[in-house]
Amino acid sequence: MRRFAYDFERPLIELEEKLDAIKRTESAGKEDIAAQIAYLEKQIEKLRVRTYSNLTPWQKVQIARHPDRPRTSDYIEAIFTDFIELHGDRTFRDDLAIIGGFARLDGAKVMVIGHQKGRNTKENLLRQFGMPHPEGYRKALRLMHLANKYRLPLITFVDTPGAYPGIEAEERGQAIAIAQNLAELSRLEVPVIVANIGEGGSGGALAIGFGDVMIMLENSYYSVITPEGCVSILWNGEGNPEQAASLLGLTADRLKELGIIDAIVKEPLGGAHHAPALVARDLKKELVKALKDLIKLNPKELVEKRYARLSQIGYYIENPVKAPVEK
Amino acid sequence: MPIGDWFKKQERNTARSPAVEKRIIPDGVWEKCKGCNEPLFVKELERNLKVCPKCFFHFPVSAYERIYQLTDLHSFEELWGDLIPGDPLGFAANKPYIDSLAKAKDKTGLNEAVVCGRARIDGFQVAIAVMDFGFIGGSMGSVVGEKIKRITELATREYLPLIIVCSSGGARMQEGMISLMQMAKTSAAIARHQDQGLPYISILSHPTTGGVSASFATLADIIIAEPHALIGFTGARVIEQTIRQKLPKDFQTAEFNLAHGMVDMVVNRLELKRMVARLLDYLGASGVKE
Ligand SMILES: [Zn+2]
Repeated sequence: MRRFAYDFERPLIELEEKLDAIKRTESAGKEDIAAQIAYLEKQIEKLRVRTYSNLTPWQKVQIARHPDRPRTSDYIEAIFTDFIELHGDRTFRDDLAIIGGFARLDGAKVMVIGHQKGRNTKENLLRQFGMPHPEGYRKALRLMHLANKYRLPLITFVDTPGAYPGIEAEERGQAIAIAQNLAELSRLEVPVIVANIGEGGSGGALAIGFGDVMIMLENSYYSVITPEGCVSILWNGEGNPEQAASLLGLTADRLKELGIIDAIVKEPLGGAHHAPALVARDLKKELVKALKDLIKLNPKELVEKRYARLSQIGYYIENPVKAPVEK
Repeated sequence: MPIGDWFKKQERNTARSPAVEKRIIPDGVWEKCKGCNEPLFVKELERNLKVCPKCFFHFPVSAYERIYQLTDLHSFEELWGDLIPGDPLGFAANKPYIDSLAKAKDKTGLNEAVVCGRARIDGFQVAIAVMDFGFIGGSMGSVVGEKIKRITELATREYLPLIIVCSSGGARMQEGMISLMQMAKTSAAIARHQDQGLPYISILSHPTTGGVSASFATLADIIIAEPHALIGFTGARVIEQTIRQKLPKDFQTAEFNLAHGMVDMVVNRLELKRMVARLLDYLGASGVKE
């Protein structure tokens, strides 16, 4: 079976496949073949560095969407212990595009909520590619309330292309469900730590995606609109998503410069799926560090600080120089 | 008082370009109704709050027209009208963002897509924000977010009911994530107003979608929609592309939202002011009425 590859990775993947083929042949022991293997390995290493060292914003978006990228459930398993999953919004159904429940982070009791993509097509159909319906957001809201009631710090994992675009989602109040989560997140009296592990697609991501400390994986993105959506609106489909991705300032680097996020977790060359355990370990370090700082604050301080943080996000000019207006 | 005089009065509060005067007092005497195709006498249409007297089609109204229609004469006192947008990302797609801003300012005479201030509605003191779809589709960037936050904080501080008239395509993509975060920022401000136990009435006019419908617009105690207004989160085109089937004819209309329990009522613009005043009375606006 051919391995999944984006266009920009294709030359590298092809070289790797060639190497695999040579290794598989019976004659692999012979000296001239061994030399060829050594040569190819060197070439592959060089090409890997060249391919992944200076990723464009669009390439990062693609890596953020990679089908092999670790999912929320992978991080829950790697980072936390004693996870107890909770289900349902108590109104309509259990939306599998969002998961959550109790867990322990380094022994500390917390609440975890995250978008959940599938690992294959079948699971993705069940989980709707991590795109929640209103009931998914309402499940998240329920868990936020539980976190607040039992004083459990909230840790969220963001990984969605966006809220589910569908008739039923609109009928059941997609907009209102997101809005209510935004209001609730702002008033939670427990620490809220956000980790963007892949796709931060617009309002559907934001609905569980802002808090006291915001962490992003190096190749994740967070954007007001998908690059494709931006192209279809601003260029009437005539532009390309590469351009749009660059314009939107959606990478972890750029968002740290803009003061939207606090920390970036490095990924191995090629993306988190090349060394999931390593990324999970580093992400855990950041989460533990953030939690340690935040639990020093009392509930009122936490809420005030979160409000102040949101308050100062904006770029505008006040009192521009102008001729005095006669009253 | 003719509408022109009222607008002259508003000039004290805000610098306005000649383009606006021209639009408010149009050259044409007749305008064709987009609802029933009947020719309408412009003066009569304005007297009728931009609602077709024949088919009740609701024409779009600018922020100042809306304030004129909804608030008591001379009661509006504008705030933060001089907040001006910047270009945090140096955004230039089909055209530079700063050009879009300049064009929008020229077209509407506004500095941004929302006008805020104190006003009275049938005597009730309120804090009010009115969005203007003419300014880059009423989209929410830093200035809209900041002004909505400020008017909400003022309402919280001064124990005032909050009235927001929405008309927006959503978050303004030219300011990237800064725009998206305005959804959280405005919702946080509304949450504090709610927690203070103060009334908030939201009026959704055509259209209210995306990041505005998914933040402050739908966090009100009472949500009123204007007839036939488009209200929803995801655009119909995107939904159609995803599910590959035709959408119901009334999809995302005010009436659709009413049927699905997402708004309290659909109110004809001619009844709107009276309805808001009646609601304010029920929502305990006593003590704030002068
Ligand atoms: Zn008509």
